[in-house]
Amino acid sequence: MTTTQTQAAAQLPIENPGEAYKRRKTTRGNFELYSWVFMRASGVVLLVLIFVHLFVNLVAGEGITAIDFGFVAGKWASPFWQVIDLVMLWLAMLHGTNGMRTIVNDYAERDGLRMWLKIALYTAFVVVTVLGTLVIFTFDPCPADAPANLLPSFCTA
Amino acid sequence: MSTLMENTTSSPGPETGAETGGGMGEIPSFDVTLRIRRYSPETHGDEAYWQEFTVTAYGTDRLLDALHKVKWDVDGSLTFRRSCAHGVCGSDAMRINGRNRLACKVLLKDLNPDKPILVEPLKGLPVKKDLVVDMEPFFASYREIMPFLITGGNEPTRERLQSAEQRERFDDTTKCILCAACTSSCPVFWTDGQYFGPAAIVNAHRFIFDSRDDGAAQRLEILNDKEGVWRCRTIFNCSEACPRGIEITKAIKEVKRAMITRAF
Repeated sequence: MTTTQTQAAAQLPIENPGEAYKRRKTTRGNFELYSWVFMRASGVVLLVLIFVHLFVNLVAGEGITAIDFGFVAGKWASPFWQVIDLVMLWLAMLHGTNGMRTIVNDYAERDGLRMWLKIALYTAFVVVTVLGTLVIFTFDPCPADAPANLLPSFCTA
Repeated sequence: MSTLMENTTSSPGPETGAETGGGMGEIPSFDVTLRIRRYSPETHGDEAYWQEFTVTAYGTDRLLDALHKVKWDVDGSLTFRRSCAHGVCGSDAMRINGRNRLACKVLLKDLNPDKPILVEPLKGLPVKKDLVVDMEPFFASYREIMPFLITGGNEPTRERLQSAEQRERFDDTTKCILCAACTSSCPVFWTDGQYFGPAAIVNAHRFIFDSRDDGAAQRLEILNDKEGVWRCRTIFNCSEACPRGIEITKAIKEVKRAMITRAF
């Protein structure tokens, strides 16, 4: 039997090879359980809501050409579409934020980075959800000082 | 095929192997190159490095046999764990060509000997030396799920009987040999090592669904943790890595379902 040996180039070092293992204190509770169930339930509801939304906005009636300030205002004049869009907004934001939270937990290795990414994530969640909710309930298709060429035709009437 | 033969015969040096022997009844052999990730802080500093060894192997040889050849005949400093060498003790789990396998259950002929075979220590566990990792994080979460029979009430005067169906319920998860191939194949475990890991959940499953055991509620409580079953992303790395063929992802799912049934 013959053998040869070659020295290969050194690669990246193993991170902290001799470091002692530290298991943090237990973090028991039902939060992750409810979050897991919520992701599945909201996913199913969102699937229905989003395709209804796409169909009503882009396909039904005059289709995509009908979309303008007036179309949106018309929809939100009805409490039914206000509730539908509100539910869709909140479910989508909670579902997406929770998904991003688990991705941050899975991929960010350092606690500091994890914390800052989550602060950024939750800030984005609050800003978008509050603004979105506000718009759904206070949408005005004819803002007072907007240029006339950007407004729908019925505003001047 | 002819080009391959030409390359083999025209290659200079002593690496001719036993192919040239050609005696009657001789077992065919081939050369394999092992590319081993080594780490020996006493002699080579704190950097891990790759080292290649070429050994002659036979069709019936496993990777463990090649590692033995290197350790016994070439470089005695090569360090790896092995005990029974027959796939039962679970000592020689390692990363072979990027997949967690037992070195004693992988045949060299199945690994494409044309290319160097990558051999690395298990990922996500601290490396002690060469292919030996510190198993403590793995056993720490194993201990936490209390892998022993918990019973209440009076001691029975005879054996705790169980029907064949009741035994069948958790049969799959009794097969675990604690080799850590599953836990160290899990990307969630790689992140910070806080996740309980597939092996701990499999061994909890073995008792949770045992009709003789009364500790299911406690074990479900322990695994209903931020670092428990809910960190499983169902990517099936563990099921693919298990040398005993345990359906690990399914076991984790069954534990999740038991928790949800308990909570609602």
